[in-house]
Amino acid sequence: MKKELTIFDNPKNVKRLRLGFYVALVLVLLAEFLPYDKHHGWDIEHSFGFYAVYGFISYVFLIFVAKLLRKLVMRKEDYYDQ
Amino acid sequence: MINNMLPPALLFILGAILIPFLRGRAKQAYMLLLPVVAFVTLMNLPLGQEIWTIQFWGYDVIMGRIDKLSLIFGYIFTIMAFLGVMFALQVEDDLQHVSGIVYAGATLGVVLAGDFLSLYIFWEIMAVSSTFLIIASRTRESREAGFRYVLVHLVGGLFLLAGIVLYIQKNGTTAFDYIGLDGIESWLIFIGVALNAAAIPLHAWLPDAYPMGTPTSTVFLSAFTTKSAVYLLIRTFPGADILIVIGGLMVSLPIFYAVLENDIRRVLSYSLMNQVGFMLVGIGIGTDLALNGATAHAFCHILYKALLFMAAGSVLQMTGKIKCTEIGGLYKTMPLTCLFCMIGAASISAFPLFSGFVSKSMIISASFEEKIFIIWLVLQFASTGVVDHAGIKVPFFTFFGHDSGIRAKEPPLNMLLAMGIAAAFCVGLGIFYQPLYDMLPFPVHYVPYTGAHVVGQLQLLLFGAFAFTLLILSGLYIPEIRSKNLDADWTYRKLGRLAYRGADLGLNTLNRVSEAILIRSVKATASFFKDTVAKLALFVTVNVWLLQGHRDKRLEIKKARLYNDIAQGTLPIGIGAAVAISFIIIVYFIT
Repeated sequence: MKKELTIFDNPKNVKRLRLGFYVALVLVLLAEFLPYDKHHGWDIEHSFGFYAVYGFISYVFLIFVAKLLRKLVMRKEDYYDQ
Repeated sequence: MINNMLPPALLFILGAILIPFLRGRAKQAYMLLLPVVAFVTLMNLPLGQEIWTIQFWGYDVIMGRIDKLSLIFGYIFTIMAFLGVMFALQVEDDLQHVSGIVYAGATLGVVLAGDFLSLYIFWEIMAVSSTFLIIASRTRESREAGFRYVLVHLVGGLFLLAGIVLYIQKNGTTAFDYIGLDGIESWLIFIGVALNAAAIPLHAWLPDAYPMGTPTSTVFLSAFTTKSAVYLLIRTFPGADILIVIGGLMVSLPIFYAVLENDIRRVLSYSLMNQVGFMLVGIGIGTDLALNGATAHAFCHILYKALLFMAAGSVLQMTGKIKCTEIGGLYKTMPLTCLFCMIGAASISAFPLFSGFVSKSMIISASFEEKIFIIWLVLQFASTGVVDHAGIKVPFFTFFGHDSGIRAKEPPLNMLLAMGIAAAFCVGLGIFYQPLYDMLPFPVHYVPYTGAHVVGQLQLLLFGAFAFTLLILSGLYIPEIRSKNLDADWTYRKLGRLAYRGADLGLNTLNRVSEAILIRSVKATASFFKDTVAKLALFVTVNVWLLQGHRDKRLEIKKARLYNDIAQGTLPIGIGAAVAISFIIIVYFIT
């Protein structure tokens, strides 16, 4: 019997992973305070957390529009065979 | 030296003939050797020259236009052919091997062609050989999809051919370079090429056919057709504004379908369209930076897309399943495949230090340089979309998510090795991008790793992933459902059938209806004239009878008899004449 990886069967590990992820979120937000060149690009890019907000909203928008789209285009798997 | 070397296209196409006659290790070594020889050939070609030229009926056939643009595409297609062959090395099906090699060779022919004659011939060889890769699954679905695929591509080829004929007639030469969109011939060529790039709305063949290939053949398919079209668009239609619009649609629309799709390879097919969309936007912008970006993105994309299709192919081969609803938790027994898949996912998501980052950011920066704000916003939105379907959905639902209970083994060594090399390229290009930049067609003054780029991109990706986390924990994430989602192929799959049935029903009904109308109108007309004459006769004679003193019953009988006589034509001709004359007399008196 081949050895199996079961690392994510343990809820504690999943929790740790999620915690690490949240820390990373905070870090990339704080990274904006680093002294890199902020003159290039659109003005809107320089407002704090623009990319974070835009990424989050885009994602939610994508999923909810896809849900609506599903109502319109979803058919049974054998639709074309009928 | 050059004249002793075979053009890579012919090397592949002629070389493929030998494959069925070889066995075992010799066959495997021979198939791996072909791309290596082609690669060495490419490395020794004289930059900026036209070679392998022959005269054909007074026209130039140029099988080797060697410049930086054709070379970089030549290199990546040759590398891809090597990886594809290695991934499929243990497949015992000569049909796939031969058509795969011929397909790769024809693509190289297209890329190196300096004239329309050889371009067109290789173009059609591409269409036919790739069809064999689709039907190689030998299922009813794949046969039907392959049939639709080849029909669509033959139609596209006809557009291209018509454009070429008009082009040659107009310009008196078969040689081509920049064409630009003016005149009917350029539009015909554009449509023919754009169809191969899966440009919306000519795209439906791609998500229809690619998921039907075998675990190994789809890897070939993912690389060549669309990216050779991208190459041609860079060469012939750079700066065509319509490509910005088409590209904008392609980066944004397919990602919604990728969210909905259940079949992992169909998700990846929509994702492929999204990536080609980035390239088309770059070509449409048309500046040096944008065209460099489109070229670099094609180079990186071929590798990570192939890597993702290889991971999906490995899962399909080892489990026999590829639908989100049927797989999950595979990391337990396929950790290496899982790792390679995640490297591909990170690359396509343009995570810093992975290949997509150094190429995609060039295109996005170009949209900023040209101050096209809407497109810039769309590209950023689409980047988040990539995170969802390719960055998270594909690895998550395949290797994590709910445990399907499947305990499949890792794929054979050759497949792991092919994935490993592709993954190494993805990481390598993300870190050591300078060699790639040096190969690009225009001089590069671009720095991908600036603080603003890295922080912005990390925020975009991580907060997209954060949205996914919140949605899936709250149960609001879109559920995976076994389904078929309608796309533009509906027009020729369902509408075509409906049109036939409609024509059948419509035309036959029309027959019936017009028959009925005709008969009834003839009847109506006939009875109208019969009636009118009879009533006219009655009108005249009744007055005469009244004057003569006929009343009541007797009058009724006389009226009925006259009416019947006239209606049935039994009236002696003299009375008819008398009626006519009396009518004329009345008219005469009235006027």
